[in-house]
Amino acid sequence: MTAPAIELKGISKAFGPVQANKDISLSVAKGAIHGIVGENGAGKSTLMSILYGFYKADAGEIWINGKQTNIPDSQAAIRAGIGMVHQHFKLVENFTVVENVILGAEDGAMLRPSISKARKVLIDLEKEYGLEVDPDAVIEDLSVGHQQRVEILKQLYREADILILDEPTGVLTPSEADQLFRILGRLKEEGKTIILITHKLREIMDITDTVSVMRRGEMTATVKTAETSPAQIAELMVGRKVLLQVDKDPANPGDVVLDVQNLRVVDPTGVERVKSISFQIRAGEILGIAGVAGNGQTELLEVLGGMIPAQGGTVTLHGEQIDLTGRESDGQSRRRRGIGHVPEDRQVEGLIMPYEAWENVAFGYHYDVKYQSGPLMNNAAIKADCAEKMERYDVRPPNPRLPARNFSGGNQQKIVVAREMDRQPELLLIGQPTRGVDIGAIEFIHKQIIALRDAGKAVLLVSVELDEIMGLSDRIAVMFDGVISGERLPSETNEGDLGLLMAGVNETKGAA
Amino acid sequence: MDFMTILQLSDSSLRLATPLLLACLAGLFSERAGIFDIGLEGKMLAAAFFSAAFAFLSGNVWIGLGVGILASVALSILHGVASITFRGNQLISGVAINFLAAGLTVVIAQTWFSQGGRTPALTGDARFSEIVLPGAASRIRDIAQQEPMGQVYSELLSGHSILVYIALLIVPLTWWVLYRTRFGLRLRAVGENPAAVDTAGISVVGLRYAAVIICGVLCGLAGAYLATGLSAGFVKDMSAGRGFIALAALIFAKWRPWEALGACLLFGFLDAVGNRFQNIELLTFLSLTFLFVVLIGGIMLILRLVALLRGKASAGSLAIPAVTLIAGLVFAIGLPALDTSQGLGAVLNAIVLPVQFMQALPYILTVVILAGFVGRAIPPRAGGEPYVKER
Repeated sequence: MTAPAIELKGISKAFGPVQANKDISLSVAKGAIHGIVGENGAGKSTLMSILYGFYKADAGEIWINGKQTNIPDSQAAIRAGIGMVHQHFKLVENFTVVENVILGAEDGAMLRPSISKARKVLIDLEKEYGLEVDPDAVIEDLSVGHQQRVEILKQLYREADILILDEPTGVLTPSEADQLFRILGRLKEEGKTIILITHKLREIMDITDTVSVMRRGEMTATVKTAETSPAQIAELMVGRKVLLQVDKDPANPGDVVLDVQNLRVVDPTGVERVKSISFQIRAGEILGIAGVAGNGQTELLEVLGGMIPAQGGTVTLHGEQIDLTGRESDGQSRRRRGIGHVPEDRQVEGLIMPYEAWENVAFGYHYDVKYQSGPLMNNAAIKADCAEKMERYDVRPPNPRLPARNFSGGNQQKIVVAREMDRQPELLLIGQPTRGVDIGAIEFIHKQIIALRDAGKAVLLVSVELDEIMGLSDRIAVMFDGVISGERLPSETNEGDLGLLMAGVNETKGAA
Repeated sequence: MDFMTILQLSDSSLRLATPLLLACLAGLFSERAGIFDIGLEGKMLAAAFFSAAFAFLSGNVWIGLGVGILASVALSILHGVASITFRGNQLISGVAINFLAAGLTVVIAQTWFSQGGRTPALTGDARFSEIVLPGAASRIRDIAQQEPMGQVYSELLSGHSILVYIALLIVPLTWWVLYRTRFGLRLRAVGENPAAVDTAGISVVGLRYAAVIICGVLCGLAGAYLATGLSAGFVKDMSAGRGFIALAALIFAKWRPWEALGACLLFGFLDAVGNRFQNIELLTFLSLTFLFVVLIGGIMLILRLVALLRGKASAGSLAIPAVTLIAGLVFAIGLPALDTSQGLGAVLNAIVLPVQFMQALPYILTVVILAGFVGRAIPPRAGGEPYVKER
């Protein structure tokens, strides 16, 4: 038997008092796809950063292809044949593909020979692995999926034999993710070793040969994928049993809460993002909006949430018109009317990252009388309210004085969810509720959404995760190019059907 | 206004543009690598003083130049230590360097030479002399008798100090380094996304220090030219805001070398007009301005046409340069043809712009440019931010 591609022995790393990695040992066979799962903060990224020379381990050994290897910096990792595709791409946006690929791997002091050689190599690599990208395209003109291919090409150009992919599908659409997995399959056939870091169980089950689970800095298990189940992995990750299926009773819809008629949104550059769409949501009902990102869902949420003006159409809440363009068309007026909004991007629109949790919990509701003390803010009351919300929404650590950016993604999202849902809004707008959120928090947030529905409120859910849409929604509308290309009941559809609608093809009702 | 006047104006534009150009290219290297540098002014001033002082003490301008560059590089490294190694605020470090240079130069000058913060006047080999190109006339009387092409050669091209020619050569050199070498690729990358450079296994810190040191060398040349080429000795605050004008030119040029040359020539031209015409009639001033508009419009049109032929621009993009060129031509020809004894011509001729206005022009233009009247200028994306490795 040949030596494993990677063998880690007793790796430990501490950041101050935090033990990010505790005595971790791992062995990955050549030509395997090995998954590493764990919740946010479990130490996956730290471990990979040690392997890629970003951090130096406090203790432990790294063996590459049966040889003990010292990796003090990224250059050494590259020499050892390790390539890393980071979650946030490390590309120079206004450079071309070929310039990005040769950066750091140039052949000499002059650029032109390197570039023309790289262009040839790239074309070969593209053919070999099915990674189609124009070598002379500028990065910022490429889709996220293509940018990721450039990252992979970069590693292949450096002749990496071991590829580490950190949360590669976090930013991809389902079809882009499928393409990525096809590419990974090809790479495996060519004998490359792949390490896939993710917290999506489906990806692990679909593509990996073996999987390691990390929890709180420790490696809790390494198993063959074929001999395990999603439920078992989830349990190993969280340390308790997790409900993967959303558990809910049938909906019991009441009166119409939200009525949207012929809503139009034109963005500042003159592009029509939402093209005269109409729909209704009833009390006690969740309407899920599926679609590939960028088909108008974001604008729809932002108009309803009062963040941008509409260019036409009417919206009524419980029969009363909502101001879409005038003085009452702002987030605060919406919240007064009982519309809660969990925006798609919590770090930009949901929270002010350097502000403390208690301040973030008050935003949008700071006019609330219980937060006032005469003309001043009653900070003590807000802090007490925040502490109490953190307790009930299981925000960890439950410290109101901690800045938002110091919480993990899931806990940041719980802060936003607590703020927007705790007041029992008549209508909840919720975008990408579980993007970048770990599995325990996903379960919790889903339960909260169902609970709000069962309390007789209306929910508009926008998500690019089809599992989430299928699991939570009572009705599903698919948006494509600014229109609703089709509506389905979750019981009467499947991923393939929704996928076609997401591409603008409506088979049962003719062309959209 | 005759041909000779325009030539002389162009000649002095070139002289006055040289320190701006050197400082501007200095800033270009630094900012392209992601280190904003408002300390260009201070570095020029320090280089001006030390080059003048050591040129005087040694009697050799080259020794002066060397020490001037060393002084400027020392300040650059200080900026580097503050903003790269210690990840300090780049603006504050730059301001500190400006204050440091403004004060130290005068104090040291007073201690060494006791001439009220000046250096003694430089003569002979302690200054950069004017190089007369082969076959060129050097005396004005001789030049005036030449053919027009000969006049251009003798007046405009010949008779500058070596630093002027060096500065002009550094423009294509900078372009070549930036766009044709490995170092240039990495330099541009580190100013846009240092994380990309870091993960490629290249030292962000090393690249940024290299850029900052190049910046120091070029600022040193600029300062030395001020004191030993343009003038004959150091006087207090002799950089007179040129470091800031160079920054404005850099933004105007959108951080590109050839455009930097154009921008610096524009500022040099305004400076030259201010120097030559003490009290200028509005009519003459407007005629001159529109001559410049014609020049700019023509250059833009040619560049656009080239882009169009290479398929990188649309025909519509020709409109603005064409309109600029035509409007400029109409006014540049029409205005001088006006009858100055009556009507509009008389009015425009009667209004005299004071010398102060003319001298303030480069600074006014700086403000106009910085206020964003030049269209969107996108600085290097990682500019001004210290690089901190992330997980």
